[in-house]
Parts: sequence; C-alpha cells; structure tokens
Amino acid sequence: MAKVFMKGNEAIAEAAVRGGCRFFAGYPITPQNEIPEYLSWRLPEVGGTFVQGESEVASINMVYGAAAGGCRAMTSSSGPGISLKAEGISYLAGTKLPAVIVNISRGGPGLGSIQPAQSDYFQATKALGHGGFKVMVFAPATLQEAVDLTYNAWEYAERDRNPVMILMDGCLGAIMELVELPEMKTADRAGTKTWALQRREGEARLDRMLTPYFPEAMLEYENTTRGKLYEKWAENDVMVEEFMLEDAEYVVAAYGISARVAKEAILRLREEGFKVGMIRPITLNPFPKKSFANLDYSQVKGIIDIELAIPAQMKDDIALEVKDRAPIYTYGRSGGVLLDDESTYIAIKKIIEGGAK
Amino acid sequence: MAEYKRPSCLKTTPSGFCPGCMHSLSTKLIAEVIDDLGQQQNACHIVPVGCSTLNLLYWKGDIVGAAHGRAPAVATGFKRTNPERLVFTYQGDGDLAAIGLAEIIGAANRGENFTVIFANNQTYGMTGGQMAPTTLIGQKTTTTRFGRDAATTGFPMKMAEIISELEAPVFVARYALNTPKGINEARKGIKKAFELQLAGKGFTFIELLMNCPTNWGMTPLQSLDYMESTTVPFFKPGVYKDKEADK
Repeated sequence: MAKVFMKGNEAIAEAAVRGGCRFFAGYPITPQNEIPEYLSWRLPEVGGTFVQGESEVASINMVYGAAAGGCRAMTSSSGPGISLKAEGISYLAGTKLPAVIVNISRGGPGLGSIQPAQSDYFQATKALGHGGFKVMVFAPATLQEAVDLTYNAWEYAERDRNPVMILMDGCLGAIMELVELPEMKTADRAGTKTWALQRREGEARLDRMLTPYFPEAMLEYENTTRGKLYEKWAENDVMVEEFMLEDAEYVVAAYGISARVAKEAILRLREEGFKVGMIRPITLNPFPKKSFANLDYSQVKGIIDIELAIPAQMKDDIALEVKDRAPIYTYGRSGGVLLDDESTYIAIKKIIEGGAK
Repeated sequence: MAEYKRPSCLKTTPSGFCPGCMHSLSTKLIAEVIDDLGQQQNACHIVPVGCSTLNLLYWKGDIVGAAHGRAPAVATGFKRTNPERLVFTYQGDGDLAAIGLAEIIGAANRGENFTVIFANNQTYGMTGGQMAPTTLIGQKTTTTRFGRDAATTGFPMKMAEIISELEAPVFVARYALNTPKGINEARKGIKKAFELQLAGKGFTFIELLMNCPTNWGMTPLQSLDYMESTTVPFFKPGVYKDKEADK
C-alpha cells in the first residue's frame, strides 16, 4: 500500500478510525488538537460520532457510555486534561470497559507548558486514577509505530475489558512522517461483546448491569482477577526494541522521542568505538523487565536513562530489575525544553568517560 | 378495573429507601411508564451516585452505573451510539445541580435525545443530609446547622427554570410528589418525556419535588405538610417548556 505523509496527531486519528473506533469525545488542549479536529469530520464519514465535550471530565464519561453500549470509543488529551479524565478512567477500569485514551504529553506539573515532555510516565504507568488499577501503556517512537499501536489498541482493550493508553510526546504528535495506513477494520459492534448493553435482533430481555459498584467480597475477587491480568501482560504482551545490545558496555534506556534522539547519539558513539546499545520500551506497562534483568552484567558497566523528564521517572522501574548490578545514570530535559542531538551525544559520552554522574 | 401489580422493571428485593422516602415512589412511576410504553427491554437506566445509586439493587433492566454527576455525559455516549434505546438518567440534586452542573447543562444545550429525571429533595441523602444547591434559605442541614445563609452559601438553584432557558430542550417540567394529583401529573409528564424521546424530538427534563424525612428530621406525614407549605411555593410545579405544544 502506498505511504502517505501525515502529522503524528492526524495519523493516530486515522489509525483509530481504521482500527474500528466509531466514537470520540474530547476537549481542546494543546498539543493534541489535531486529533479531535480530524475526527470531527472523519468519524461522520464512516458513520461514527464525534462529540466536543464541555470538559475532559464529560468527554471521558461519554466514552464510558459509548463503551458500555459496545462501541469502540476513544478520547485524547494532554497532561492537565488527562488528570481531569482520571476519574473516568478509573470508572472504565472499575466497570471493565474497553476504551483508548491518548495522551500527547507536554511539560508539567500543573499547567506546565504546551511544549513536549515525558513527565506523565508515573501517571500513566502507576496511577491513572484512584483505586489501584493499571492499564496497558503504549509508547510509540515513530509515526508508523503510533499508527500500528493505535490500530490494534482495541484488540487489547476488548480482550482485557480494560482501557489502553497511548502515551506519545507532543514532539511526535507534531512532526510529519511517511506512514502506511492499514486496511479499515469492520466496526462490528454486536460481535462477541456479550457484556455490552446493545440490543441484538430477536434477543430476549436480559436485564444487564454495567457498574463499578460491587459488594466488598466481589470487589476483592475482581481486584484479584485484575492482578492476575497484569501478570499475564508481563508474560505475553511486552513490546520492546533492543538495539545493539550484544556487546554493549553501556545501555541507554529511552522511549518515544528520547529514544530517537538517543539512537542518533549511539550511532555516532559507535563510530568512535564506544560500545553503546539501547533498550527502548514500546510498552511502558507491561514494562520490559526481562530486557533489563537479563543483561550480562559482567559486560554492562552502566545504564543511562534518557527522558524528557527531570527528575527521570522510568529510572525507578529500571532500578527494580538492575538492582545493584550496575549504576544507573540519567540525562534529560524537562518542562518543554527538548533534547538535542549534540548535547545528548556529549552527555552520554561524558557518562561513559566517567566525567559525570 | 386494571390489576395493581409490581412494575416489571422493579425487582422483588425489599426497598432499602427510608420509610416515607419518595425515591420508592418516583422509581415506581418511571417503571410503570416504561411498562405502559412496552419499553422494558429497550430502556437503559443510567444510575448516578447518591441515594439513587440504590437503584442498582432494585431496578430490573439494563443499567449503566455512572460517576457522581456524570450521568448526562454517560447517557450522551450511550445514546449517540445506541440511538434506538430509551435512555434516561435519574439524578439527585447534589449529583445534578452541584458536581454535575457542567454535564447537565452541556447535554441539555446539545439537545441530546434522552430524558433526565431530577429528584429534588434539597439535601444529600446518602451522605447524611448536607446542604445541597437546592436547600432552601434557612433550612437546617448538617453543614448549615443554623439554617442556610444566602450571604455565604448563595441561593437555591431552580433547575427546571435554568434548563428551560436553553434553546435545545423540548420538554421541561416540574412536579411535586406530595399529593395524589401531583403524582398523577408526574406520571403523565414522565410518559410524555419518554414519548418525545422515542419520537427523536430531543432533550427532556423532568424535575420531581421530593422529600427526605430522615434528613429533614420529620415524620413522613410532616414532610408532606412541609412540602406543601414551604417547598412547593418556592419550586413552583408546572410545565416550563413544551416546544411541541408551542408549535
């Protein structure tokens, strides 16, 4: 299929439509506005529904309603808006409803800045809302990857009856790249979603209930089931890119836009003879634990975590696997200040040469 | 003479609503109308948070449980993707007129094709009787121990009036459930709202003036008298908007 030149946010929107999304509700916030703008005309073209909500809070709850009715539904936002959606995401998880939430992340905390950042890692992977639930978090580094992950996101969401998050920084949301768009999936609402409250032809009265409210013992059971689901993700659903690890003495850890900048630096350092590789988590949750746990620590002298976040956030997850087998260094920018090729190259080199901690 | 029986959308579970509380009555009215219209299978009840949440235990039919105040947003997503369904929310005053103000105004203003039934008893029943946006001036609650003072807490919100000011809603009415006449009119109003929805006409809003004997500190009979003397004169029953009739 021919490739098309698309902006990151629009590529995600089109991939969602092709992945079967037929309902979107959202509220304007930079730097993700192209997603609702695109879907406002695109969804009606395919018989879908776009609603501009009165707030992020309302929008995520509209998604909740559409998901309850068996429709593939999505919302998108950025940092401050994701905080507002926290309640609704927790309800989605509590009621066991599939949905896709896109965070085109920007600088924080608070209003922060509208420039790209990766400071929502903790929020996405640890506590996207109250109640101690988790969602799968996909972190693309190229627009093709963003397209493919978005396209398949509902397969995971519906399999698990749990929301899925696409966490992509504002940089990738704004750039343009060539992407190959996959075939349109059939938006089959009736299908196998027996739990959804949709009317099927000739069906007897069912009296179904979708709610996050459970009596205590049942809720404990549900939470136990959720715990087992998270373990299954760790076993089966990890996606990771391992780059030049065979002989690596220093292993860069980075995701999203940081990984792209880091890769350029690694290639340059390789030319100079430095043995550097990279682990790039594509799923932040489940985290690629094994990639870090199974490194040959007789060879690896250090891990260098590079993020658009200060203090670094992914470091905690890395440390759980590395333990005390190698030092973990960090380098990054924050608040909407971007990583650049030269500084990143110098930073890694300095760490390797022992000039910086 | 028609046989008096339990509406098919109410379970046989004994009601846990307090003695004399009108939630039992209003829920029964809705269930009766659904039976009248033959919508038992098609109806979807969006249950919010408050005493109304107890309907998760008593209501028999398709139910979606919503977050506090968010029922109109949930109903929007559900109805837009399942337009053939009869969708309604049943929300209390804290839920609808405080935490859910943005959602109710947004849904009403978009003219979403579902029905909101607003149970106005001027207090937060489930959490123990705190001040609601609808609490009357001078009314004692657990957070207004000396009576609601307009100087610091503002004035009771008249939601039917506010909603009727919007362009999109097609039918907005308020009924008081303290008399047989009011109950009969409320049943007719709910039926009319559901019929308008099924005809695809747009947003319908029914406010039901109700009691809360427990948190008002009254017997059920005293609460009826209080409604007649105090609540009803302030929240005047009536049809505030009827676009179809005005045509």
